[in-house]
Amino acid sequence: MDARTEEFLAHVQSGGLVETGDWMPNEYRKRLTKFVEMHANSELMGVLPERDWILRAPTLQRKLALTAKIQDEAGHAQLLYRIVEDLGKPREACLDDLIAGKSKFHNVFHYPTKSWGDVGVIAWLVDAAAIISQKALLKCSYAPYARIMRKICWEESFHILHGRDVVLTLVTGTPEQRELVQEALDRWWEPLMMFHGNPIPADDDPMVHWRIKSQANEEARQQFLEGYVPQVWELGLTLPDPKLERGEDGIWAYTEPDWEKLQAVVSGNGPASAERIAFRKLSRAEIDWVSRTVLAEAA
Amino acid sequence: MSVFEVFRRERAGAPMQHAGSIAAPDARFAEVYAREQYGRRGESTALWLVPREAVDEIEDFVDEFDLKYRRVDGYSIKERLKEARERAGAAAPRAGR
Amino acid sequence: MNERVQLLLALADDELILGWRNSEWTGIAPSLEEDVAFSSIAQNEIGHARALYELAARELDTDADALAFDRTLDEYRSAPLVELRRLEWARTIARHWLYETADAIRLEALRASDDPELAGIAAKIEREEVYHRIHAEMWVDRLLGSDEGRGRLDEALEELWPYALGVLDDDLRPELLRRVKAKLGRAMPDVEPVARGTHEAELGELLDEMTMVRRSAPAGARW
Repeated sequence: MDARTEEFLAHVQSGGLVETGDWMPNEYRKRLTKFVEMHANSELMGVLPERDWILRAPTLQRKLALTAKIQDEAGHAQLLYRIVEDLGKPREACLDDLIAGKSKFHNVFHYPTKSWGDVGVIAWLVDAAAIISQKALLKCSYAPYARIMRKICWEESFHILHGRDVVLTLVTGTPEQRELVQEALDRWWEPLMMFHGNPIPADDDPMVHWRIKSQANEEARQQFLEGYVPQVWELGLTLPDPKLERGEDGIWAYTEPDWEKLQAVVSGNGPASAERIAFRKLSRAEIDWVSRTVLAEAA
Repeated sequence: MSVFEVFRRERAGAPMQHAGSIAAPDARFAEVYAREQYGRRGESTALWLVPREAVDEIEDFVDEFDLKYRRVDGYSIKERLKEARERAGAAAPRAGR
Repeated sequence: MNERVQLLLALADDELILGWRNSEWTGIAPSLEEDVAFSSIAQNEIGHARALYELAARELDTDADALAFDRTLDEYRSAPLVELRRLEWARTIARHWLYETADAIRLEALRASDDPELAGIAAKIEREEVYHRIHAEMWVDRLLGSDEGRGRLDEALEELWPYALGVLDDDLRPELLRRVKAKLGRAMPDVEPVARGTHEAELGELLDEMTMVRRSAPAGARW
């Protein structure tokens, strides 16, 4: 490592921050760009599982809340691609790579949604899992990203409440409505357990090394379990893992997820991956003429 | 496409603060998009949009000869205050006479 | 059903159905920025629909959701313009602008109403619609500014013009023609309006999807 890179590393490891125009080692720039790009992709793709349910929302209030939640996600994608652009990769290149399967997005957005129960479970638990990671990213060494995380965290606070409200309404409704939640939970639990990634120790995680991430994956997962498993169980709902249990030391035990499966999913082999990418590809063709017109000099 | 820097005022009396940036074909689009991104929840009382190229950045500042007297951290009055109080025969400050 | 309720339902249904159509762009708009912008427009429209349904609901002794979701196809009073499924950008902008222009004329008339509730709600809606018009005009100008854009927009406007006329009552149609001519700098074809009173085939599909979750539980279930 050259002296300049060493100095940079010491700077970020002691809590120092980096702004857009600052010099960065190539490795830092590459890892950071890929990380933020994956986050942007995830917000973008996160819209797709939920969009159908705006159209099908069973009350005007739910329609409005879900529209606003999804709007936030599109807005977040916009802000995050802007950051990636300032790091050197234009949005068009990101979208091209996404459609070509060359870049990744979070596992949870590779799964289909089947019912209104999914709407509640996703807004409540998937957003809860995401917020835990996002709060840890508030300490990211790259300041523009950390600042965007503040806005994102603030906006996402209502998503979880909306999700929980949907779930609570269903579990206090008809037996069929309650069953919608249980059935959705049974399907979403596995992707939720995988969400925070494999339990690589912080010391071995290059993202932590450069202080892009400040929280180890397992720590995030434990936080999620500690916060939300009791909330699920107190509603009389079950989770499909017989090993799930809080130890006396406060650490949650669980059936180890299949980490290879996670890799396969995020690489585009999830149950809904192909369909979602295809959907994105379709809309790209339509927008080519719009881009041309928008970018053209006014006549 | 041009990049516009967005500044926002959170509430009356607060300063304009940099909030982020928006890429848009022109100022008209930028205004619509900025309203959405930074104002749809009523979270700002005002926004400024500035084309990125209009922003002059100054980042280099020097203080080679340590002119600390101009700042609060250039003064350490603890020791002298202690000595002055001891001389005045009081161990701790008292209010009035 | 008295005239006032019929009017309220027509306005509300226009906003609800158009809000639904605008929501179809979620995730697939030409840009994320437009995704966000159309989302706000859709939310405003649904908010307007809700407020209008609430006024009607009081007279009909029911609630806004029941009016929005539980009527039969022929009970809806939406104009055919908003019912068309047009997931194509030039048509979307054409419809957006034509509807907003027609709606502005309609709201002006309502704001002058001596029914204070109607006048009041029209004023509130108008204050939000200002931003819809800014957005629509911005796009119309941008599309008119290039040969390709202009060609596509002109085609879309021609197609939707009879439907646009159908949003308004007879007496307000000349004003719509005047405003559209002024903006485009040319005449519009002399056509029969596709008036309110019949529904496009697409409306049935829309209502089926819109109500599928709600219908899966007995009436009165909470969601």
